[in-house]
Amino acid sequence: MGTLWNVYDANSMSAREVYGRVLAELGKENDKIVGVTADLAKSTNIGLFGEKFPERLFNVGIAEQNMFGVAAGLAKTGLIPFASTFAIFCCLRGGEQVRTDICYQNLPVKIIATHSGVSFGVSGSTHHALEDIAIMKAIPNMTVVVPADGFETAKAVEQCIDIPGPVYIRIGRGFEPPLHDNQDFDFQIGKAQILREGTDLTIICCGTTVLQAMDAAEEASANGVECRVINMHTIKPLDVEAVQNAIQDTRRILTIEEHNTIGGLGDAVGSVIAESGKGCVFVKHGIADTFSPIGLPEDLYAHFKLDSTGIAEKISEVMGKEFEEDDDWSDED
Amino acid sequence: MNKEISISELKDKAKELRLKIIETTANAGSGHLGGSLSAADMFTILYFKYLNVDPKDPEKIDRDRFILSKGHTALGYVPTLALAGFIPMDAITQFNKFLSGYGIHPDSNKIAGCDASTGSLGHGLPMAVGMCLGLKYQGYNDAKVVCLMGDGEQHEGSIWEAAMAASKYKLENLIAIVDRNKFCIDGPTEEVMPIEPLDEKYKSFGFDVIECNGNDMEDLDKAMETAWNHKGGPICIIAHTEKGFGVKRFQGHVEWHYGALDEDLKKEAIADIEAL
Repeated sequence: MGTLWNVYDANSMSAREVYGRVLAELGKENDKIVGVTADLAKSTNIGLFGEKFPERLFNVGIAEQNMFGVAAGLAKTGLIPFASTFAIFCCLRGGEQVRTDICYQNLPVKIIATHSGVSFGVSGSTHHALEDIAIMKAIPNMTVVVPADGFETAKAVEQCIDIPGPVYIRIGRGFEPPLHDNQDFDFQIGKAQILREGTDLTIICCGTTVLQAMDAAEEASANGVECRVINMHTIKPLDVEAVQNAIQDTRRILTIEEHNTIGGLGDAVGSVIAESGKGCVFVKHGIADTFSPIGLPEDLYAHFKLDSTGIAEKISEVMGKEFEEDDDWSDED
Repeated sequence: MNKEISISELKDKAKELRLKIIETTANAGSGHLGGSLSAADMFTILYFKYLNVDPKDPEKIDRDRFILSKGHTALGYVPTLALAGFIPMDAITQFNKFLSGYGIHPDSNKIAGCDASTGSLGHGLPMAVGMCLGLKYQGYNDAKVVCLMGDGEQHEGSIWEAAMAASKYKLENLIAIVDRNKFCIDGPTEEVMPIEPLDEKYKSFGFDVIECNGNDMEDLDKAMETAWNHKGGPICIIAHTEKGFGVKRFQGHVEWHYGALDEDLKKEAIADIEAL
């Protein structure tokens, strides 16, 4: 049933490998691009950029605070630094430097955070990142992007250069199967992608969960439930209009994210729903304020019901809830 | 690129800066007097002699950079930038005022001539390393990056992460300065958390180290000249100073790390500084 997670056997390029290659290509055209990493050139694949341009990649060793400070300093001289390490070290170990050195000064540092969510599997909670979206989106000037696969990562990396301020791009370990078959699709940072039309409920998701949500939506369709699926790859700035339309059109919303349900995509969408003043079924699905156990990523996705089977259950839950049957919501007094 | 200025003129400038620091504090009500006064001679010699910076073109790409890593002493830095012509002199009356561009910690997006927003300690040296790398990569080999740190700030681990990187990349365009005024907020650094032997620490991290009296203009001038001509890697100046230097009541007293001035204290401070 659905797409099986085949995390370590995907024959396509991983998102982080795509990132490294795209950055190396972009580096040819733009000599302002430089890179910094903290002993994770290989793991994050920014090393592919470094192989092409050894004089433009600065490896500061296992020192994330210094890495983000150095990135800020490089940006202050007019360069566009890409900084890469694991997501959890971006948002917490070097988090103050990200906030104060990079975001407060509104510098064009592009943070490519790999191994987000529970994608680091058996490394456990020290290396999982379930708080990073919450932290990054709470910092002024920051743009937060969560691509669904390598193709989206490539487009996000390319587009982030044109954003004058800091950008956080959150990718997984990167062996997940791709959502898209090729690069011929429209992707714009800040603009939600409607992947599937439907009138019964809207699934708003991001990152690795998008492909699983699509599979769950197909399965629901076979059972007579038509889901709209929105790939909300940009968490900040959020495409508020896409959420408002979903409230109006389907009046049932399910958010899905590989992140703590506190502070992530679900909360961002929930705020739009609350501010709309409209009655709407809303289920926020993710990893509900708990540290993650040890396991292979595919087992952890199943454990947290973030695979297509788990999402199908959530669709049933959403469809089982009542909302106020009133088209114009005019009886509130 | 040194500007032509004599030691006695520099001493006069430093005196003028100290008086502005007192005036700024009196206007603002209170401020970080201790560390601003200890660093006043360094601010002066950097902005009036050594730094290749131009108030008419504060963003020129090949300029020297200055990072006030001990950001809480904007009380000394803002009047310096005003005296050097980067910002209007009314910054002194605006300091700490509602919606002012000038607060306790400097904001580089609001203050012309200020190269980095600082305040959280331990952030300056990493940014300085990044600037040095960026300038070298772009071929601005003559531009120096000067990072003025506090001695209590040496407790921060990120300083030593950056020191390692400065040494790895042989950043001869980096001049790190430690204002060794002996105190952090809770007391003497050597009681709160000892940093000595500081010279040996920097040497073992790959820096050449020179020490000087940071409140003696001649001595400071020699140290700066050595640092500016230094080749082969990063250099650190340990500038031995007195916290609150210039006002007898403040000198060497930790309680004047941060303080308020009433009319009597202000008069006393001005008299002491004028007698320097």
